[in-house]
Amino acid sequence: MSVSLSSTRPVRRWRLGYRISPVGAVAFLVILAWAVVAVTAPLIAPHPVGEIVDFDFFQPMSAAYPMGTDYLGRDVLSRILFGARYTVGISLASVALACLTGVTLGMAAAVIGGAFEAALSRFLDALISIPSKIMALVLVAAIGSSMPVLILTLAVIYTPGSYRFARALAVNVNAMDYVTVARVRGERLGYLIRAEILPGIVGPVLADLGLRFVFIVLLLSSMSFLGLGVQPPNADWGALVKENIGGLSLAAPAVIFPSLAIASLTISVNLLIDNLPQKIRDRSADA
Amino acid sequence: MNSLILRMIAGRIVVTLMTLLIVAIVIFCATTLLPGDVVQILLGQSATPEAVAGLRQAMHLDQPAALRFLLWLKNLATGDLGVSYVNGIPVAELIGNRLANSLKLAGVTAALSVPVALTLGITAAILRGTLVDRLVAVVTIAVISVPEFMVATLAVIVFAVTLGWLPALSMTGDVTTLAGLIKAFAMPVITLSFVISAQMIRMTRAAVIETLSAPYVEMALLKGASRRRMVLHHALPNALGPIVNAVALSLSYLLGGVIIVETIFNYPGIAKLMLDAVATRDLPLIQGCAMIFCFAYLLLITIADIVTIVSNPRLRHA
Amino acid sequence: MSRLVEVRDLRIQARTDAGRIVEIIRGVSFDIDEGEIVALIGESGSGKTTIALDLMGYTRPGCRVTGGTVTLDGVEMGALSEGERARMRGSLVSYVPQSAAAAFNPAHTIMDQVVEVVRIHGSMPVAEARTKAVGLFRALALPNPETIGERYPHQVSGGQLQRLSAAMALIGDPKLVIFDEPTTALDVTTQVEVLRAFKAVMRKGGIAGVYVSHDLAVVAQIADRIIVLRHGEIQEAGRTADILERPQHPYTRQLLAAFRPGAAPRPARLDQDEAPLLVVRDVVAGYGKRDANGLPALRILKGVSLELARGRNLGIVGESGCGKSTLARVIAGILPAAKGEILLEGRPLAPDFRQRRPEDLRDLQIVFQSADTALNPHQSIGEILGRPLAFYHGLGGRTREARIDQLLDMVRLPRPLRHRRPGELSGGQKQRINLARALAADAKLILCDEITSALDTVVAAAIIDLLKELQRELSLSYLFISHDIETVRAICDEVVVMYKGEKVEQLRPDVNDGRPTQPYSRLLFSSVPQLRTGWLDGLAQDPELTRAFAQR
Repeated sequence: MSVSLSSTRPVRRWRLGYRISPVGAVAFLVILAWAVVAVTAPLIAPHPVGEIVDFDFFQPMSAAYPMGTDYLGRDVLSRILFGARYTVGISLASVALACLTGVTLGMAAAVIGGAFEAALSRFLDALISIPSKIMALVLVAAIGSSMPVLILTLAVIYTPGSYRFARALAVNVNAMDYVTVARVRGERLGYLIRAEILPGIVGPVLADLGLRFVFIVLLLSSMSFLGLGVQPPNADWGALVKENIGGLSLAAPAVIFPSLAIASLTISVNLLIDNLPQKIRDRSADA
Repeated sequence: MNSLILRMIAGRIVVTLMTLLIVAIVIFCATTLLPGDVVQILLGQSATPEAVAGLRQAMHLDQPAALRFLLWLKNLATGDLGVSYVNGIPVAELIGNRLANSLKLAGVTAALSVPVALTLGITAAILRGTLVDRLVAVVTIAVISVPEFMVATLAVIVFAVTLGWLPALSMTGDVTTLAGLIKAFAMPVITLSFVISAQMIRMTRAAVIETLSAPYVEMALLKGASRRRMVLHHALPNALGPIVNAVALSLSYLLGGVIIVETIFNYPGIAKLMLDAVATRDLPLIQGCAMIFCFAYLLLITIADIVTIVSNPRLRHA
Repeated sequence: MSRLVEVRDLRIQARTDAGRIVEIIRGVSFDIDEGEIVALIGESGSGKTTIALDLMGYTRPGCRVTGGTVTLDGVEMGALSEGERARMRGSLVSYVPQSAAAAFNPAHTIMDQVVEVVRIHGSMPVAEARTKAVGLFRALALPNPETIGERYPHQVSGGQLQRLSAAMALIGDPKLVIFDEPTTALDVTTQVEVLRAFKAVMRKGGIAGVYVSHDLAVVAQIADRIIVLRHGEIQEAGRTADILERPQHPYTRQLLAAFRPGAAPRPARLDQDEAPLLVVRDVVAGYGKRDANGLPALRILKGVSLELARGRNLGIVGESGCGKSTLARVIAGILPAAKGEILLEGRPLAPDFRQRRPEDLRDLQIVFQSADTALNPHQSIGEILGRPLAFYHGLGGRTREARIDQLLDMVRLPRPLRHRRPGELSGGQKQRINLARALAADAKLILCDEITSALDTVVAAAIIDLLKELQRELSLSYLFISHDIETVRAICDEVVVMYKGEKVEQLRPDVNDGRPTQPYSRLLFSSVPQLRTGWLDGLAQDPELTRAFAQR
């Protein structure tokens, strides 16, 4: 663009066209805080993750151990801070993988259509009808549960849903006359997907990514809770609940706080998405 | 019932059967083609090569995968789910009364939560934007945002630890008296009901509100109809399809939910059985349980779709 | 006559999607006498529907009355509770919607919905209401009045539903009926029937009406007085004949001028030797399974042939479902023809655009009806226009930028618009960009598919003028498809009339002075409302002919 032209360009208004709700802002801050914790856990944790700090197990909350001690007498706060790395890290990797695959396939299916779309949709729809926990059990039983396997398993489970969502949106955009115009111009698949389809679905797809992240956090926590997720000595939040479930009848903080950590993350993501402006959240593609 | 509807229902059932076939292929592949030699695991490291080869033959493992799949599928169709690797008992026998236990749990949960959830969902839609609606929204979003085991542990803390009304573990053995039965079922049912009702309420509310924005509802308002009449007479008949779908989808959450609930409360259902099978890598049992879960899911979704087809006035009066 | 409605200084605010508050009705005052029909005329966004709905004490979600009063039959609507207002709706004032197809609930029978008003208000026994409804069906010239009520909405046609919704509005014996663009979605031949039916029942019952429309010619047939609205303000109000004959306000004059477009330019004499630009020969196209001859099960086009000479324009008219838009898609190769030939400058075109050569794709451009869906909302105007320049002509850098400016000049838009996105443009501006994109290809033939149909009259007239100017400057031909015969005649000297996938006839200026000769074309052309009062009453159509062709 030449200089003379850019001078005529109107000043971009960076003002958002909508108000940010306070609930959404708080939710965003909570998510941000957990992300920071996941990165900086070794720096901020008061005790090393495996250290037995006190021989008194299932201690109540105290000044020394703000969230009590666990079934071996380890500091629960430190373990939760380290657990964030596994819960947030694994879920983020899985959701990124699932959505990348799902959205790419979904857009390609919508644009290509025909037998390719029919076969892919039929296959992935069949995968959706395997309940996620059952699928997870089957895969873990067959291949075990190392970290990469866990990430892949979760990604495989949530790819069909992401595909279905993205395809439905992309089919709507694909029916728009501007895509027809580009097709008739002779544009290729790559351009159609990148320039014509993707910008029209990126908002809802990101919102969907958030929801899927919640599902993955929940599934990962449940898997760990069943002893099939993150394996000792490492522990994500779900595994922390499992380790300390013996303290349930004492209502020990060691059971309650890891649960609260999960809840704070998942509720925040849900609330953030619920409070996104309609423009972004809206499933109709022509926003 | 006209031929168009019958044709559509038949088509829907064919799709379900095709899906079931694909699901069977996926489950079979996942459990047999992935690494890990079953025979080695079963016989242990000290087994002689002859013993390994013998067992491989007995289990048809020396045959190509496709053939083994067809054999498995044939047996599956005739109700033969194979024999457990671990204790040699037929899988069907193992599953038998475990499945009945799980169905009892699911049945009681559904009977309790469906009416409550539908009432709450429709009420929230009628009272959209009021305090009641917002309260329902906050509670449901909280429940769907937390894992099932947290709902269960909270229930234990509230009802067993703090209030002391109910035992923390489910199967105390005494199910002969009504009080015993209630005590045995109470905690699992409460937990599961919370989990699936939250989903159902949200989806029902969304379905009704979606229909309320239809032009014919505005037309009813301009004819002088009350809000109540607009919802019950104009919106609901048209929201039936989406609502039935919401119910079916929510009930399908039972399938995942029971795994956690049966574990926590030590309930002898099929999910607990499958989990134990995973721990011992008992593949025939895992396959059998997985197929039952997938079949249940497909059954629910197919019924919902058929209800949607039948309830569509455009098809019914074609 | 006593006064039925009094609107005084009505003000209504609306909240936009971005959360901004704008005043959409700015101090409107008018009266309606008993038995009088008043038309609210205006373009989209003039606030005519908002005012009409407020006469029922109803504002759509997001809107709020901020000032003024509406008094209906001596009762001030604003002072009533929602329950009291509900008691007046349907019984004192009732509503006929634009789309009856959407306003009927698919889950209930028509009769149930027609008598629902009576059921709600308990104004008479339901059995009596059913008898009355059948009487109304008869008065509205509906077929099978005894049994039509037992049907479900999707089982009857759009024109019938529109009349049934009038029955629904009249069953409660209202003093005022609000018609909200009730014939806009109908074909012209159907519109004549429906308008006649409306007029007859309103006149017979002495019922007052508010007729909301953008179409002056339709309003001229039914209204006693006309109120011209723009941007939520009254521009001019007066008796129908006065508004049409002696408009005072400049805006009214502009509206009237847009209704009387100039005739198509008479091109220089045709050079007989030159090969035609476009030849369509015996084209068959449709959807569904192919039979043994390769023909689809559902045929939309059944052997259509036409020719278009270079530098000339060809119009295609017909009612919904006649296949005119399909023809455009077949010529563009979007829907491949099952049979027949398409030649551009003598070169045969492959049926499917994917098999066509790049220069064929470039020479033939298609412009769609709705610029809202034809322009990618996520690209800037510069990107939208730049892409075909780069794609077809390999232009880049400064040459491309300069060409974009040139294109904007050609469609009479300011150059800085290139940095905007389609959402920030008005409907007319968007349609100009839509056109500019076709020009960017240096097309020889532009297929215009209903490109003025979604626009307001004045804006559409300006687009037509632009098309004519462009044709003078560039060597261009248009294939102009529209359901609006007046618009087509303004730009095309030859017109093809289509009916149910077939070409009925081709009107040429040198044959019968361009007037239709076939029965269907005559019916179609005579059904176009004329901009004078009494046209409808004086219109004599053969009822046999109407029955045979009108797709009611």
